[in-house]
Amino acid sequence: MSRPMFDEMNANATSVRAHYESYQRWLALQPADVMQARRAEAEMIFRRVGITFAVYGDKDEDGAGSERLIPFDLIPRIIPAHEWASMEKGLVQRVTALNRFIHDVYHDQEIIKAGLIPAEQIFQNAQFRPEMMGVDVPGNIYSHISGIDIVRAPNAQGEGEYYVLEDNLRVPSGVSYMLEDRKMMMRLFPELFSQNRVAPVAHYPDLLLETLRQMAPPATAEPTVVVLTPGMYNSAYFEHAFLAQQMGVELVEGQDLFVKDNFVYMRTTRGPKRVDVIYRRVDDDYLDPLAFQPKSTLGCAGLLNVYRSGNVSLCNAIGTGVADDKSIYPYVPKMIEFYLGEKPILKNVPTYMCRNDDDLKYTLANLKDLVVKEVHGAGGYGMLVGPASTKAEIEDFRRALLANPSGYIAQPTLSLSTCPTYVESGIAPRHIDLRPFVLSGKEVQMVPGGLTRVALKDGSLVVNSSQGGGTKDTWILEDAPVPTNGSGAHPSKSQSQSSSASLSPLATLGGNV
Amino acid sequence: MTMLSRTADHLFWMSRYTERAENTARMLDVNYQTSLLPQSNEVAQAAWQGLLSISELKPAYAAKYDGDNINPTDVMDFMVRDEKNPSSIISCLQNARENARAVRGSLTTEVWETQNQTYLEVIRMLRGKSADFKRDPAQFFEWVKFRSHLSRGVTLGTMLQDEAFHFLRMGTFLERADNTARLVDVKFHAVESALGGVNEKEQEFDFYHWSAILRSVSGFEVYRKVYRDVIKPELVAELLILRPDMPRSLLGCLNEVMSNLAMVTSDPQSETLRRAGKLRADLQYSRIDEILATGLHAFLTQFLDRVNEIGANISREFLVPSTH
Repeated sequence: MSRPMFDEMNANATSVRAHYESYQRWLALQPADVMQARRAEAEMIFRRVGITFAVYGDKDEDGAGSERLIPFDLIPRIIPAHEWASMEKGLVQRVTALNRFIHDVYHDQEIIKAGLIPAEQIFQNAQFRPEMMGVDVPGNIYSHISGIDIVRAPNAQGEGEYYVLEDNLRVPSGVSYMLEDRKMMMRLFPELFSQNRVAPVAHYPDLLLETLRQMAPPATAEPTVVVLTPGMYNSAYFEHAFLAQQMGVELVEGQDLFVKDNFVYMRTTRGPKRVDVIYRRVDDDYLDPLAFQPKSTLGCAGLLNVYRSGNVSLCNAIGTGVADDKSIYPYVPKMIEFYLGEKPILKNVPTYMCRNDDDLKYTLANLKDLVVKEVHGAGGYGMLVGPASTKAEIEDFRRALLANPSGYIAQPTLSLSTCPTYVESGIAPRHIDLRPFVLSGKEVQMVPGGLTRVALKDGSLVVNSSQGGGTKDTWILEDAPVPTNGSGAHPSKSQSQSSSASLSPLATLGGNV
Repeated sequence: MTMLSRTADHLFWMSRYTERAENTARMLDVNYQTSLLPQSNEVAQAAWQGLLSISELKPAYAAKYDGDNINPTDVMDFMVRDEKNPSSIISCLQNARENARAVRGSLTTEVWETQNQTYLEVIRMLRGKSADFKRDPAQFFEWVKFRSHLSRGVTLGTMLQDEAFHFLRMGTFLERADNTARLVDVKFHAVESALGGVNEKEQEFDFYHWSAILRSVSGFEVYRKVYRDVIKPELVAELLILRPDMPRSLLGCLNEVMSNLAMVTSDPQSETLRRAGKLRADLQYSRIDEILATGLHAFLTQFLDRVNEIGANISREFLVPSTH
C-alpha cells in the first residue's frame, strides 16, 4: 500500500515532532526491561481494581468468568494545546448544533421545512421517537453527554487533518478509561508529569455532576441524581459504578425504581425516595416496558409518562439517536450553518449515501477502496473495510448493499494516523482515534482531551474494545511555559491532583458559543 | 442518610459470606490439626462427619462421594474448593466478591480491592492443580482467616459509618452468631457420644478436644485469661455462649447485631428490633448451669431458629421490601 501515512510522534524516520520531543528524550533513557515491568504492573493493578469489561458469550482461559482487561498502552498520545483549542471550539459548535437539531426535530421541524434534510430521513429512522414530539426538556438540551469520535488522516500535503468520524449521542462510554489511564500513568511515571505540562482531566466527574444537577426539573431545590445501569453483567458496568461513586450518587437498577403518582421513586431502607435526574446508561428501547420493549426488566414501568410530564429528567434525553445515525451524519455541517449561522470548524469525512442512486453507483464501483458502514451499526460491527477485505467478503457485502441500499453509507478509506505502541515485537506504529466527552448543560464544556483508542492489530483500523482495541493516555500539552505570576493560583481542590494541576484546565475551556 | 434496599442486601450478604468463609476455614483447620493427633478411626470419622453436619452438608456430600465412608481428603476438597458446593470456601469468597461488585460504588476503593484481591488469589490458589493448598492446608486456612480480618479491618478503617456500614456489620455478626452456635452444638454432641466413661486416656483426649474447640474460635488464650483454670466443658460453653466480652460468643455477636440494627431503624414498632432485643436479653440473663440443665442441644437448636428468624425479618423489613 502506498497510501500516505501520518504518525503522531515521528515526522519522518529521523525526526520527532516538536510536542513529542521531551517525551522521546525520556523514553530513550528507559531500559526495555523497566518498561516491560511497568506494563506488567499496570495489568496487575487494572485486574485488582477490577477495571474490566464483559464480553457477551465469552469465557476466560480457565472457563469461568468473562471479565477482560482493556489493553493499556504506555506511550501517551500527545496533542499540542493549540490544536486542542481549535478542536474544542469545533466540538462546542458541533454539539450545540446537534442539540438544536434534536429540539427542532421534536418541535417545529424548521430544518425539514427549509428543505435541508428530507422528511423521510427523519421519520423513517428507527431512532426517531414520536413519543417525544412536543415534549419540552430542561434547557432544550437533549444530548448532555456526547462522545464525538475524531480521527486524523494526512491530506495531500502530508499534514495531519482532523475529521469527525461519528457522533455518539445515546449512551457513549469510555470516559472511565480516560480517567483510569491517566491515574495509571501518574502512578507508573510520576516524573513525566513534572517534566511535562499535561492538562489534568480528573475533574470530569465534577463537571458531569454539575451538568446533571442543572438538568433537574425546574422546581427541585436539592435534586436527587442517580445513575441507572442495566446491571453488573453489562459490558460497561465498571464505568457505571465508577461514575456513580465518583459523583457520590446512587447506582440504581430498573428494579430499584418505581413510579407512583407521576413521580419516580427508588426503594430505600427507609422507604421510597424521589428521584429527579436519571443519568441512564440503558438504551431507549429498554427504559420503559410500558412504552418500548415490553419484556424489558432493565427499565421502570411508567417512566416515559413521568418524563413527558417533566417530573423527572433523563440524561441523555429519549430520542437522541435520531441525530447520531450514520445517515444523518452527512448533514451535520449543514445543521451548523442552519442553526448557528457559522462555518463548521470540524470537518466531516466525505460520505456517500447509498440511498442516492449516484452515490450507490459510485460505491458499488469502488467497493475495494471504500469503507462501507451499516447506517445503524455500532461497535465496529457490520462494516466493510474495502482495502482490507477479500474478494469474497466484498461480494457478500455487495449483495447486502444491493438488497437494502438505504441501510448503508460509504466513505473513502482514511489512512488513520498512527502512534508508536508497545506490541509483541517492541514498539510499532498502530492506528488510533480520539473520543472527547462533551458535556452540555447551561454551558457546553469538557475536560481537555478524551479517550484515545488504538487498534493493536497490525494494519487494523478498528479500535473498538470489543474487537481487540486498546487505550492510551491522552495528553493535551501546553506549548510554551506558562508564566507563574502567582495570581492565577488555583483552589486547593486541584492541588492534590497532580503536580501539573496549576496549569489550569479551566483556562482553556470554552463557554457558550 | 438512606440507601437503596438492594444495595443494603448486597452489603449484608457480602459480609455474611466473608464471615462464613472464615468460620469454615476455622473449623476445617481445627479438624485438620486434631487429625494429626493419635486417635481411633471412629473418633476421627466422627469429627469429619460432625463438620459436615455443622454446615448441613451431609446429604450433598453423600450424593457426591460414598456417603458411608468419610474420607478426610474428600471432605476437605468438598468444603474448600468444590465450586458446586455453595458452602465451600471458594463459593463463599466468590459470592462475597460478586455481592461487592454489584455495589462497588457504595464501598470504599480499599474495601472493594480487598474483596476483589481475595477472590483473584483464591481462584489462583484453588483452581487447577492447587499444589499450594494440598501441601499445606493449615497455611491456606490461615490465609482465609487473615483475608477476613483484613476485610473487617478495612471496613472499620475506611468506611463512613452510615447505613452501608451498619448493614455490613450486621451481616458479619449475625453470621458469626449462627456459626459459633453450630460449632458448639456439634462439638458438644461429639463429646457426649464419643466419651462414655472417664479414664486417664480419655481425660487426655478431652483436653485436646476442648482446646481444639477453643482454638477454632481463637479462644484458648482467652479461656486461660478469663478463668485461670483447667479446661472444663461448662466453662468452655459459658465462654462461647454467654461472655459479652468474648468477640465470637453468642452474646457478643447479638450485642453487635443490636447496636447496628438500632442505627438503621428509628421505628419503635420494628419487629426485627423486638426479636433481636428479646434474644439478646435471654442470653444476657441466662446462666450456664440453667442452660446445661435444660439441655445444650435444645437450647442451641432454638437459638439457631431465632437467629434465622431475625435474618428473615431484616430481609423483609429493609432489604427486599415487597410493596410501597
